[in-house]
Order: sequence, then C-alpha cells, then structure tokens
Amino acid sequence: MEYEAVIGMEVHVELNTDSKVFCGCSTDFDAPPNTNVCPVCLGMPGVLPVINRMAVEYSVAAGLALGCTISRWSKMDRKNYFYPDLAKNYQISQYDLPLTYDGSLEIEVDGVRKRIGITRAHLEEDTARNTHSLGGGVSGVDFNRSGVALLEIVSEPDIRSAAEAFAYLTALKQILQYLGVSDCNMEEGSLRAEANISLRPVGATEFGTKTEVKNVASFSGTQRAIEYEIARQRAILEEGGAVLQETRGWDADRGVTVSQRSKESAHDYRYFPEPDLVPLAVDEAWEATIRETLPELPQARRDRFMEQYGLPAYDTGVLTADRAMADYFEAVVEAGAEPKQAGNWVMGDLQKLLADGDVPIGECRVEPDGLAAMIGLIDKGVISGKIAKDVLAEMFATGKAPGTVVEQRGLVQISDADELAEVARAVIEANPGPAGDYRGGKKNALGFLVGQMMKATKGKANPKLANELLQHELEKG
Amino acid sequence: MGKITKQDVEYVSGLAHLTLDEETKERLVGELSEILGYMEKLNELDTSNIEPTMHALEMTNVYREDKVQPSLDRETALMNAPDSDGEYFLVPKILDTE
Repeated sequence: MEYEAVIGMEVHVELNTDSKVFCGCSTDFDAPPNTNVCPVCLGMPGVLPVINRMAVEYSVAAGLALGCTISRWSKMDRKNYFYPDLAKNYQISQYDLPLTYDGSLEIEVDGVRKRIGITRAHLEEDTARNTHSLGGGVSGVDFNRSGVALLEIVSEPDIRSAAEAFAYLTALKQILQYLGVSDCNMEEGSLRAEANISLRPVGATEFGTKTEVKNVASFSGTQRAIEYEIARQRAILEEGGAVLQETRGWDADRGVTVSQRSKESAHDYRYFPEPDLVPLAVDEAWEATIRETLPELPQARRDRFMEQYGLPAYDTGVLTADRAMADYFEAVVEAGAEPKQAGNWVMGDLQKLLADGDVPIGECRVEPDGLAAMIGLIDKGVISGKIAKDVLAEMFATGKAPGTVVEQRGLVQISDADELAEVARAVIEANPGPAGDYRGGKKNALGFLVGQMMKATKGKANPKLANELLQHELEKG
Repeated sequence: MGKITKQDVEYVSGLAHLTLDEETKERLVGELSEILGYMEKLNELDTSNIEPTMHALEMTNVYREDKVQPSLDRETALMNAPDSDGEYFLVPKILDTE
C-alpha cells in the first residue's frame, strides 16, 4: 500500500526583547547562571507579572507577516504541570484565545510553491534551563531563561515530506529574522522545532496515529529525523502493526528516533485564565501601527529583485536568504555597481570570506561602497577580475579601500600596449617550441603563452590585450 | 454533572502531587461534590446573553515598557534554595525528559 506522510510543525522562538516577558530581567543569553533572575521569574509567592508591550507587538508583527488574523480580544492562561524547569508549577501561556491565528506560509520545494496553513501563533514564557552535567546525582537549574518571551507557532498538518518541513522551517526563520523579532538561533535554543508525524494510505482522509519528534538541533537534523520517522512508521504499518502515539527524541549521532515515554502520566494541563494579567485588546489602530513597521518580506523581495535587477531566480534566492545580506547587496548596487556583477561578488567571494572567517555580514569590514568601488576598478580595466579576488581578500582582512590596496601592492593592471608588447616578444623568444606550434597551426598553444605572460607580469597583464598582442607578434614574425 | 467519585479525587490529587490518606479522600469526595452541586445550581441561570467573565477587573492592556531592570544578585537568588552549588539551583537528577 502507498502511504503519505502528514506532518505538522510546532516551532518555539524566543522573541528579541531586551527584558523578559513578565519582569524586567535581562534576556542576555551569555550571562552566568541565575544572574538574570528576580522574584517574578523565580516564581516567588506574592509577585505580580506585568506583560512586556514589545513582546505583544513582536507577536502581532509575526502574526501579520504570517497572514494571521489578530485577536481583538485575547488573554493569558495558566498551563499547570510539574517539572523542575518551572518554579511556579504553571507556565503562563495562551489557551483558547491566542493573540494571532489562521494564517499561512508559502514554501517552495523543487520549484513548486505551496501554502502551509498556520493554525495559531501565541505568546508564552520560556522555562528555566536544566543542566545534567554536574554529576553527583543532581541536575542544575538556571532560571536566566525562565520568563523569556516565547512565541509558539503551530502549523496545520499540511506538510507532506521531510523536504517540505525543511522548506517550512527555512521560510519561517527567514520571515522572523526579516522582522527582527527573533534571532532564530537553533544552537542557542532561540528556535526549537518539533514535528508531529503520521502516515495514512494515499487517498485516506482520516489521520493515522502520530508521533511527536523532539530534540532536533538543526533544520537538516529535522529533515533527517522526519525521514527516519516516516520510514519507521511505514515499516510498522507494512508489517500490519500499529504505531504507538508517543514522543520520540532524535538521536543525531545514531541517526534514529528513540521513544521518550516515561511514566504514562496523561497530560492534563487544567488551563484556566491567568488572574494576574488583564486581557490583551489589540484594536484596529494598534494593529495598523504595527503593520506599518513590517519590512518587505522575503518572498516580495525575491520577486522585486528579479523584476528590478533582472537577476535569475537562483541568485535572488541566495541574496535574500538573509535580510542583512539582501540589504548589503542593495547598498552595493546603490553605490553604483551593476546588479549582476554585484550579486556575483556578494554571493561568491564575499560570502566565502564571511563563511571561512565566521564573520556575520553586519561585521564585514568591506563596506558596500568599497565593494562597488572595487567592481568599478575592474570595469575601468585598472585591475583584472583575477587580481580583484586578492584585492577583496585584503579589503576583507584589513578594511582598506580597494584603491589603497591596489596602489600599495602595485596591482594595477598593465594596459600599456608598448610595455606588454615587449613582454610578449620576450615570452615568444623564451618559448620557441609553443611559438612554433602556434605558427604551425596549433592555435591552442596561445593559451600557454598567455599564461607565461601573466606569470611574467605577476598576473597584472590585461588579459585581453595580452592575447591580442601575442597573436600580433606571433603572426608578424 | 455526576457526583465526584473517589477515583476523581485520586486523579486530581495525583495531578497536584498530593498524597492523601483514605479519610481525607472520603471527606473530599463529599466536599467536592457539594461544590459541584453549587455550580449546578448556578447553571440553572440563563446566561446566554452574558459575556463570559475572563477577569475580575474590567481592564485591558496593562503593559510595561521593554526596559531592563536590575536583577537579584545570585547569592540572594539562591539564598532560600533547598540545595545549590553557588551557581545553580540543585534538584534530584532529572531522568526522563519532558
């Protein structure tokens, strides 16, 4: 029997606010354990949470960017359970009236665009972080993360493959990063993804039994975990077995999912309205104010890059993957560079330098107008494209202007015909064999001779001119 | 709504991590049933035209600005911890993962 996978994603992102959602403690990720804590986020009795306006506005911004409806009337609820990362024994979350709901997100897999429904995006607080590496039969609890604003984004079960799940996560992360509402850094845990996966016979309308896969540290890990889980469930079903509804953890080292079933305590969270926080009422005017702050979103920007700069789809995809990268590219173009060339340098050499040096583009020492100036030097024939690679590497390392690098290292391209003609004659004289071959009709011997000219001039010979002059000298004598 | 059974009391006390002796359970079966009975009395009222009450106060949109305020120093934060190593609150080793 043919099966199809039915996948829904639950994504938690920490919002980028300076302070926590219900108290004024800092959200700094690097702070030593238990130094960003106060009576509110430690869950002391008798304290009162007060909600951070920015956390609400970021949630609404995210909801709007995902095409969600914004609730005119919303509230916080208590989700009750016991766990060592939760000092109050309840998490302040949202139950029946989420801030935003009913949106969608467009993904693209193998050139096919598809919309994935967004059920809801609601605001809640993050929990403390547990560490199990202390030894001695104890676990440590660090409350710095307790109370950091968290947005939970729940998709409809519209995803049908691991590749679609990967595309969904990528598109979602892009949007949230464009909005600036979250870093979406999986390593630091500011984005956490869980997948609900079930299989059903193709054509069936009822859902099969699902498993929930957690503990995934990267998008590619999510994709692998889902692929594994689909194969595991298919094997069970094909043998006539039944999939057990359970939570499974992804073991990246072994490449398998492992049952995390502990004692079978049915989750009964007994939600009820949070009496310490009054309802949230985002009216049309407030929503409109937030809508005005939304930047151009990735899909719109891709479409515009194709239209305005005539770039191919692939280039626009790479250039808009990251908002800072797209901003950088546009600044290079604005500084006078031709778009296709600018795109090639940004996607190619610059991207490689950034990746090799692990430098975020915001800290890149090559300013956009510096890169534009360097491209200008190529256009004017001052340096060759090959030399430009070295120039860019030095600009990247030192922050120097391209003109300065070229001058200091004497990299100006030799375009003086007399000077190059002399070099050409010397090269022909020193290489009688290849010169004779060329004259005898083996035209491809020219390439070798051009190479010798480049070598003789340390790569500074204008390649086009070198070619012409060599041919001229060879045919002359 | 039916009466509260002993199983209900055990289920609810289990969720609340409370260990009750038999006598208390019996007493709570009675008390909780009485409370539910009172709710049933309230249910006789026609509330079809009344908005649900979500909050005792008729207020909305009480916010604070996103400003960082000083936190407790760590020594103070850990002062009442049943166990700590000066950095972390220590709890018995967590074996299963939520």
